[in-house]
Amino acid sequence: MTKKEYTITVYTENHIGLLNRIAIIFSRRKINIESLNTSPSEIEGIHRFTILIHETEEVVKKLARQIEKQVEVLKAYYNNNDEIIWQEMALYKVPTDIIAEKAKVERLLREYGARAVVIRKDYTVFETTGHREETDRLITALEPLGLIEFVRTARIAIIKASSGFHDKLKEFEATEPGEEIVENEYLSKQDEVFAM
Amino acid sequence: MFGYPGGAIMPIYDALFDYTNQIQHILVRHEQGGIHAAQGYARTSGRVGVVFATSGPGATNLVTGLADAQIDSTPVVCITGQVFAHLLGTDAFQETDVINITAPVTKWNYQVTDASEIAETLAKAFYIAASGRPGPVLVDITKNAQLQKVPYAGYQKCRHIRSYRPAPFVRSEYIEAAARLINEAERPYVIFGQGVILGNAEQELQAFLEKSGIPAAWTVLGLSALPTDHPLNMGMLGMHGNYGPNVLTNECDVLIAIGMRFDDRVTGRLDKYAKQAKVIHLDIDPAEVDKNVKATVPVWGNCKDTLPLLTSKVQPRSHTAWVQRFKDFKQKETEKVIEPEMKPAGDVLSMAEVIQSLNEITKGDAVIVTDVGQHQMVACRYARFNQSRSNVTSGGLGTMGFALPAAIGAKYGAPNRQVVAIIGDGGFQMTLQELGTIMQFGAVVKIIILNNNFLGMVRQWQQLFHDHRYSSVDIQSPDFVMLAKAYGINGQRVNDRANLNSAMAVMLESSASYLLEVMVGKENNVFPMVPQGRGVAEIVLSADEV
Repeated sequence: MTKKEYTITVYTENHIGLLNRIAIIFSRRKINIESLNTSPSEIEGIHRFTILIHETEEVVKKLARQIEKQVEVLKAYYNNNDEIIWQEMALYKVPTDIIAEKAKVERLLREYGARAVVIRKDYTVFETTGHREETDRLITALEPLGLIEFVRTARIAIIKASSGFHDKLKEFEATEPGEEIVENEYLSKQDEVFAM
Repeated sequence: MFGYPGGAIMPIYDALFDYTNQIQHILVRHEQGGIHAAQGYARTSGRVGVVFATSGPGATNLVTGLADAQIDSTPVVCITGQVFAHLLGTDAFQETDVINITAPVTKWNYQVTDASEIAETLAKAFYIAASGRPGPVLVDITKNAQLQKVPYAGYQKCRHIRSYRPAPFVRSEYIEAAARLINEAERPYVIFGQGVILGNAEQELQAFLEKSGIPAAWTVLGLSALPTDHPLNMGMLGMHGNYGPNVLTNECDVLIAIGMRFDDRVTGRLDKYAKQAKVIHLDIDPAEVDKNVKATVPVWGNCKDTLPLLTSKVQPRSHTAWVQRFKDFKQKETEKVIEPEMKPAGDVLSMAEVIQSLNEITKGDAVIVTDVGQHQMVACRYARFNQSRSNVTSGGLGTMGFALPAAIGAKYGAPNRQVVAIIGDGGFQMTLQELGTIMQFGAVVKIIILNNNFLGMVRQWQQLFHDHRYSSVDIQSPDFVMLAKAYGINGQRVNDRANLNSAMAVMLESSASYLLEVMVGKENNVFPMVPQGRGVAEIVLSADEV
């Protein structure tokens, strides 16, 4: 199996220390986290982790199961890039004088979908959102112009096939376990699995 | 409960003083001893073991036991004191970040900084430790929370945490698919682990085996779930397991794994493990399915629930010819390994004959607690068991020094049973201070030290795989019998075969704790053995074959 980008989406309770518990699942296996974002989710009080890693599907599946095993984790999903809509945001600080003189700022902004967040005498801050390649391209464009600072956020992603977590949460809140909580890939792919 | 006081947990110990008549607190000699004792208690009683420790070094001394309990799924609740909340992060005296240190080795942990959280947190702690796949939980309580006064609303048992699913939903489709595979199988084979014991599913296992007629073998932690004498008990799996159970893993057509996790010591090389078999994996923990060995049919759930469903769907059969194959292998192993071990040619005692001597008197009724190393493998191979929860050992972590404190806890967990700790000369010296706990509180523990004047298992590996280069395995011991005497514990040393049985009888009949040191062959090896990096079918019976 080849390694590729996977996005792991984790729905959790808001619990101090959970970030560490999730992080050590990766570091224990010497797997690098490419990016990690925590944010609120569609449900108040439920947090959403978005973790990007470069691994084989087999490893990602095991990682997701280990994450889901944590007491405060409700659910962990993993998706490849075809299954999600994702964005990253980046900020670029460049010297205003050089930009004003040398760059066709307008073209730059149009081409990269960027906008200026701050314009001061000494520097200007641009912002853009997009995929990694897109934000990287703007670095390449700005580097010759004396890029002072660059920073990019973690990936955030929406799962195309997801219908949200509201219904799932109701099941979690019920005392008796329901069928939906542990999706069973064996069931949906029964023909493949049992035909050994 | 077991524990050791200190600065940051003093308010809790002060409160404990008022409950001296209701709660027995066993003062151990080291926090590691405390948690191993709590583990021993949990293993024999099936209840949650409890241990108290103070902040800083008290808490870090628990880490080995937590890791041990985590990997062996033992329900333990640790309560540690912590510095005042306003001192957190200031490098205060005896402050350590116990929550982060223990995160990888606990099922759950939590820091309480306000007394109003204490009751609910403890209720959660016990629920999490004992439910689903059990494990250790640590609750760290800052000193201000211990001193703070809050209105107490009473203890309410925790029965549900919305983000936590102790057991997965049992799906009948899988039960049916599993039953179909079993009914079509020619050479089905059951391998079971501690999940059977943790799920209290010993009867369910036996019913399943007896109806389906399938031969079964066990992991080290599954030992004692099925009586030694049961006609379908084929023996032990893994690196030092029995011959047939290992070899035939690679000949069965359907492998039914029940409450076990395909540990590397059981499977040997994974790419040479049961490749021909369809695998049915019964486990309560979804993360175990496909972790090491791909399951053809996963049966998620507590085997207490899933086994009866499976039993109801399998046809009554007997696999006489298949079972006979295990017996043929057993015959060969008996001739080549077991007989020579039980009746050694020379004067030098073997570990196996000591275990055999023990068997003859206890008839398999004792709780046997072992440490880690050669004696552990020999005890697991040869000790007899009639009832479950009788084998206590450090299986996953392999913690030397586990046995003595665990045996103390095991005795509190099963006060009416004979508890025998079997320990090597190396491991005993790691936690021997717990003799003081025995002396003070009187737990009746029978201690057998199998002394070969070596760190035997490491020496065996050095002999076989490192060209006889015995690096730092020649360990000297004190006079163990005199040492025990210093703690008020009687004992004797056995050098000769002629005295073994009578000394064993004296030890077992003693109404107080007793230490029996048996001098055994210095360079004896444990066989059979699946050498590291080889498949289970490549198991060898002697050093010549390695």
